[in-house]
Amino acid sequence: MNVSLILIILLIGAFATYFAGDKLASKVALFFSLAALGCSIVLLNHFYANENISLIKAWITKPNISFALNADGLGMAMVLLTAALTPIIIFSSFGNDYKNAKGFYALILFMAFAMTGTFLAADGLLYYIFWELALIPIYFIALIWGNGDAEERRKAVVKFFIYTLAGSLFMLVAFIYLYQKAGTFLIEDLYKLNLSASEQLWIFLAFFLAYAIKIPIIPFHTWQANVYQKAPTVGTMLLSGIMLKMGLYSVIRWQLPIAPLAAKEYMDIFIALGVAGVIYGSIVALRQKDLKKLLAYSSLAHVGLIAAGTYTLTIDGLRGAVLQMIAHGFVVVGLFFAAEVIFRRFETREIGELGGIRTQSPKFTSMFLILVLASVALPGTFNFVGEFTVLYSLSQINIWFAVLGGTTIILGAYYMLKMFQNVMLGETNSKTFADVSVNEGISFVAIIAVLIFFGFYPKPITDLITPSLETILNVINKN
Amino acid sequence: MNTLIAITGLGVFCLLFEILNLRKAIVPITIIGLLGVLAINYYEFGSTASYHDNMITVSKFSTAFSSLFIVLTIFLVALSHNFYENHPTKISDFVAIKVFLLAGAVAMVTFGNLAMFFLGIEILSIALYILAASDRLNLKSNEAGMKYFLMGSFASGIILFGICLIYGAMGTFDVAEIHESSLSAELPIWFPIGMILMIIGMLFKVAAVPFHFWAPDVYEGSPALTTALMSTLAKVVAIATLYKLIAALNFIPSLDNQDLLGTFENIVVIISIASMTVGNIMALRQVNVKRMLAFSGISHAGFMLMTLLTVSTSAGVLLYYTTAYALAGIAAFSVVLYVCKNQDNEDITNFHGLGKTNPLLAAILTGSLLSMAGIPIFSGFFAKLFLFNQTIQAGYIALVIVAVINSIISVGYYFKLILAMYSKEPNQERTGKPFLIYAVAVISITLNIILGLFPSLVLDLLN
Repeated sequence: MNVSLILIILLIGAFATYFAGDKLASKVALFFSLAALGCSIVLLNHFYANENISLIKAWITKPNISFALNADGLGMAMVLLTAALTPIIIFSSFGNDYKNAKGFYALILFMAFAMTGTFLAADGLLYYIFWELALIPIYFIALIWGNGDAEERRKAVVKFFIYTLAGSLFMLVAFIYLYQKAGTFLIEDLYKLNLSASEQLWIFLAFFLAYAIKIPIIPFHTWQANVYQKAPTVGTMLLSGIMLKMGLYSVIRWQLPIAPLAAKEYMDIFIALGVAGVIYGSIVALRQKDLKKLLAYSSLAHVGLIAAGTYTLTIDGLRGAVLQMIAHGFVVVGLFFAAEVIFRRFETREIGELGGIRTQSPKFTSMFLILVLASVALPGTFNFVGEFTVLYSLSQINIWFAVLGGTTIILGAYYMLKMFQNVMLGETNSKTFADVSVNEGISFVAIIAVLIFFGFYPKPITDLITPSLETILNVINKN
Repeated sequence: MNTLIAITGLGVFCLLFEILNLRKAIVPITIIGLLGVLAINYYEFGSTASYHDNMITVSKFSTAFSSLFIVLTIFLVALSHNFYENHPTKISDFVAIKVFLLAGAVAMVTFGNLAMFFLGIEILSIALYILAASDRLNLKSNEAGMKYFLMGSFASGIILFGICLIYGAMGTFDVAEIHESSLSAELPIWFPIGMILMIIGMLFKVAAVPFHFWAPDVYEGSPALTTALMSTLAKVVAIATLYKLIAALNFIPSLDNQDLLGTFENIVVIISIASMTVGNIMALRQVNVKRMLAFSGISHAGFMLMTLLTVSTSAGVLLYYTTAYALAGIAAFSVVLYVCKNQDNEDITNFHGLGKTNPLLAAILTGSLLSMAGIPIFSGFFAKLFLFNQTIQAGYIALVIVAVINSIISVGYYFKLILAMYSKEPNQERTGKPFLIYAVAVISITLNIILGLFPSLVLDLLN
């Protein structure tokens, strides 16, 4: 039994969903995503039992490319994040009625397949293939099932696609260059390479372009808000919950260990870019009138902090970043789902037109409030653990980074609570707001349970990821 | 050798169909015949032999490329059934011309003598001139045929002139003998001049910048099936022949001997960059799909020309690239043929809403465009990967970066078509599901994906 099983389940699931027809598609997709979740939990047990769940097989002989999947703690954590969020995302869409649902749900599963592959791949080229494959489904999901004016949506989505593709092609060139040096794409061999400082800088920058666009880090973020707004909520959840974690994960897995000299040399610049994202995202979020756009910019702020954490090259920074990646994945999916729940009832996302929901729906209000508080890293939530660790690591590098990065909590609290006030409180809205349905409730409860449980007891995840992060840190510090 | 005889025999046989009044059966019988030829060709693979005083030399290279040409011809013949529905009396002529064209194509990669090479290129070109002008009553088709003929015969003249100069330098047309004496110390300067003239002529056939001006007009004016043939089969034949010429005549070491190699490589780099860039930038502005694919073909020619920088090692890469490109092209054109049947033009508006009215064909066209753009898991991605790998190994990292930027630009126009299919409302109803078009589209895109999953199948053939 090895990790390829998850990939196989998701891939078969994608085809099965497509052939199940429009009516059954959503249920089949949910079934297969739950199967993938079950499978990853079983594999986690095997992993804890120190069994070998990795896979390596020769694929192409010349050039030397292998089908290598490696599951260490970091990879497993990300796979679990994907496997846990996919069913929630699929289930959250049950209240919507999509045209051509079979294509829609098949694409979701296919995207989950590609993203899981990205987290597991241990061969540079295989990783690149999964990385690119994840881009195609989200392109079609946003284009075909998105909302808003068709012409604007087309522009936003095409910009997103060309941007991300452009970034990743430079990463491909970097990989080919590394291949010339190492004669293989296998990650452990790439770790062993002795590259000169200038070579490392170029490779670091090529990787950076790909990841900075995906994450996104300032100034490569311009695609983000529009796509988040135009994509269907499911697409936004996939993008913000999982896909941008691909970029952050790749920084830790590929960029830092392969080009550590450049990472150390220019550390300040990259941390500064991350922190700049925090401040910029928070300030822009203050002025948003559209609920989804506000969440998009808040997401920009949070990932900026995570990126800053990874570039500190300390164990706390990396650990905090990974914890916060997982926490942010859950909370952002929850928040976008809340926006979707509101949209289902009021058909609008304009913050100005909302308000007065609290009196009509106390259950929804309290769940939304928990998510908002989690997002501003209230102690007791998972996000607090992540953000606090990252800020601590930043303070070790330079206290000012921590101070500036800490504004995420202050500004975040300001714009999130202001948003909450405008959306939920105030005079009773003239339109009626039905309370959350059972299906919607289940999604919320699942997300909130995860956030609070790991907020009080993050040890299982910390234990899972720390050994592999230490290994990576050893590679970074070897020379 | 047997392949060439069998193809010519099949061509004659096709002409006889007219007399025997078996027109209706011509497409299936020709396909079966071509499959037979493919089998013969398969048995020749791996053997090296020369026939008729070295007129023809069979090698791995020639048989591998011949197989590709035969497969492409099978697809094109299968598409003719539907395409010539309205001209039932002429179908045997058109099919026969395609088979003869294949004979020319095979001769062009199997030559062992420059006379044979010229014979092959003329058989191929004349067949193409006829096919370009084959829509007799359409002014545009006439114009295309005339333009192509004038420009093409000019290129043939240049090639012939080049061959003469080489004869003057070497005293022989025989490729093996030229290969031997190409390294001698007192080589007259007109050997490289003759080679350059031949290369110019071939670059014209490949439609590389700055010899590309005919391509868009001819592609647009010709009947769609002929355009499909030109942009897949003819382009692949031309680039393979160019490669073989340079490799077989030992051109690179001979240049190296005379300290001219650097100049030659610079020229290749410049032509390659110019082809990619001009092709892509012009393609961005097109609204006619055939014209767009013509320009995209020009940019792909630029990519394929990169193999000329590493002639000694890149035969496998070239085979893989051309296969991936041609399969994607066939899949794309079969959808174009379906969509634009009975339309006056091939404008992008015809594709609006295809994703809704015909999801399968829309998916196939999307797949083939993604392959051309170089997105994994389609074979177009691996083609570019292997090409870039090869070129970086040879030290041309700047060229690769330009190629990468061009790949990004190309996404712009490929996605224009994809967007039209998926995000616009359908504006016309299409009826009928022509079996052969569907079959060709599905088979070619499946082959494309299979080659993407198992690239070694083709890549290792020539190592």
